[in-house]
Amino acid sequence: MPENQTVSEEKPASSGSNGAAPSLHGATAAKARKDLGDEKIIAMYRQMLLLRRFEEVAGRQYQMGKIKGFCHLYIGQEPVAVGSMSGLEEKDYVVAAYREHGQAIAKGLDPNAVMAELFAKSTGCSKGKGGSMHLFDVEKRFYGGWGIVGGQIPTAAGVAFASKYRDEGAVVLCYFGDGSIHQGAFHEALNMAAKWDLPCVFITENNKYAMGTDIERISAILDIQQKAVSYGMDHAQIDGKDIFKAYYGFKEAIDRARNESRPTFLDVITYRFRGHSMSDPAKYRTKEELQDEMDHDPIKRMETWMLAEGVIDEDALKSMDKEIKDEVKAAVKFAEDSPFPDPSELTTDVYVEWNWDIE
Amino acid sequence: MRKILFRDALNEAMSEEMERDPDVFLMGEEVAEYNGAYKCSVGMLDRFGPKRVIDTPIAELGFAGIGIGAAMVGMKPIVEMMTFNFAILALDQVMNTAAKMRYMSGGQLSCPVVIRGAGGAGGHLGAQHSQSLEAQYVHCPGLKVMMPATPYDAKGMLKTAIRDPDPVIFIESEILYGSEGEVPEEEYTIPMGVADVKREGADCTIITWSRMVHFSLDAAAELAEQGIDVEVVDLRTLRPLDKEAIRKSVKKTNRVVVVEEGWYWASVGSTVADFISRDLFDHLDAPVGRVHQRDIPMPYAYNLEPLSLPNKDNIVEAVKRACYVD
Ligand SMILES: Cc1ncc(C[n+]2csc(CCOP(=O)(O)OP(=O)(O)O)c2C)c(N)n1
Ligand SMILES: [Mg+2]
Repeated sequence: MPENQTVSEEKPASSGSNGAAPSLHGATAAKARKDLGDEKIIAMYRQMLLLRRFEEVAGRQYQMGKIKGFCHLYIGQEPVAVGSMSGLEEKDYVVAAYREHGQAIAKGLDPNAVMAELFAKSTGCSKGKGGSMHLFDVEKRFYGGWGIVGGQIPTAAGVAFASKYRDEGAVVLCYFGDGSIHQGAFHEALNMAAKWDLPCVFITENNKYAMGTDIERISAILDIQQKAVSYGMDHAQIDGKDIFKAYYGFKEAIDRARNESRPTFLDVITYRFRGHSMSDPAKYRTKEELQDEMDHDPIKRMETWMLAEGVIDEDALKSMDKEIKDEVKAAVKFAEDSPFPDPSELTTDVYVEWNWDIE
Repeated sequence: MRKILFRDALNEAMSEEMERDPDVFLMGEEVAEYNGAYKCSVGMLDRFGPKRVIDTPIAELGFAGIGIGAAMVGMKPIVEMMTFNFAILALDQVMNTAAKMRYMSGGQLSCPVVIRGAGGAGGHLGAQHSQSLEAQYVHCPGLKVMMPATPYDAKGMLKTAIRDPDPVIFIESEILYGSEGEVPEEEYTIPMGVADVKREGADCTIITWSRMVHFSLDAAAELAEQGIDVEVVDLRTLRPLDKEAIRKSVKKTNRVVVVEEGWYWASVGSTVADFISRDLFDHLDAPVGRVHQRDIPMPYAYNLEPLSLPNKDNIVEAVKRACYVD
């Protein structure tokens, strides 16, 4: 981890005795309990667990050949999607990259429709035409699903431009990886978003690796917030491994976008537990590094905190997990039972309508 | 003869040329420590060190430009694009700079850069990752474009591309990286702009390149059983075009089908068909046939994708049509 990325170093002391994961940052969690209430907190936990179980199952279904092509799992990064979207309104927009199953479900997409998309079924959120990297749901204001690194960043700024132009009061959350911030598209978009005060939150999911490339090996600076400084944009670093720190960090940026129509750049420290995609053995990182991160699993940490504070008890946790597993199982069944797109779908959706032959 | 993989043939070509010429270096995403996203540069970092095998950030426009700039002052960079879908981001540097430097400077400058990487549909990768984009480069004067179909061609052609004094776009079918073929131990090169007859035949010519060479050979084998003797011409270099090879084959068979993996409109296939219809009209006994991908973005749905891509059956059908059979 780069020296200046201090947030992630600030791991809470282990809760010790029974080998449970360490807890969350105490003061922040206490504040969250007051601000949000237990019900909302449990809902946030549930959401994270749903993303986790969904991805675990997606990984298994990939191995069974039900899901093909590229499939990038979100496991480990759950507090980023859930922390950022817990404070969102329905009218707000989300634009993401290809590691976006988590954001999609957190934005309210039906897990059935997401699983069906991965299974290439006509009931998928993109009718099976998009696949894992191209999830879309306009009704939920989830605008993809991008396979080109950095490509979504100016586009998200464009959505924010429209929101401002039409006085929608809607905020745009734009997610991208740490590998994306070296693209020209990122820099061009940031400058315009800052100059034109666009209501966009630029969220770097800094999991330290772009495929096999450690950010330290290719970035001229490690405090990547400096990139926003050069555009005069507000910025912050967020601990994306602690759900409540994440929640408050994002909230500040979202409020700024909503109330002042000003963009923010966020460097969100997170970690992916799985390889880049299903075919990546991830030899570029040490077993110890991965183990240490998994020992600080953000979901386990929240669990430890909830149990210690009596927000929830073991039994309730167990039955919730079972419920979620059933929900994901049902999504698989839904996907299995759905038909593949009809061959006639091959040539639909290229244009809104046309009257020439498709060769 | 020994057999090696397509990706290893590329590795040998790059390594041998780096051994030969200290001005040759390799740059791109994941080429060094990860040994290449498609494992084309395995061992090259260890062999040549980080000065010559260079991992870049994800910044296609930037590192293509760095390669092109270094080439302008006489170096011989090999710039790897993880796939050509991402090389779209570098098009400005390739088309506005590399392709035009020699001309704009009145012949003072050259740009001996190789831009190489994976092209075509890799399988279930969806619309943004499954494109055959050679037409963009073939369209542009000042560029040369090569697309090998076998490990033997891959090695000999890449060595030629690296030595060539002009910018060469070198597109490797993603699906072919794992294919095996005979490659001699001895040094050889394959000249720029020279096609190769991959199968001789008398009744109909198939003109094709890259992955579609294999589809065409399969189709030719099936057609042989039905008594149709097909000649398969692998263009290998798409620009400059080996017009003589096309003339020779079409004058022999009088029938021709052009097979390409990508879209048909304003494509390499359409240009080849245009050339044939103007240059060889009197030798044709049937209209020029075309086989190509459907004119749509690639669907992820893995029941639809095969319906979009050309296949052996399409080729068999097109050849029969050209031969007025059935
Ligand atoms: C323009 C472009 N170049 C290269 C790629 C290949 N590629 C896909 S993901 C990736 C790494 C991106 O890493 P990061 O932005 O950190 O996101 P993460 O995978 O960590 O979520 C690369 C190089 C691509 N999809 N698009
Ligand atoms: Mg990353």
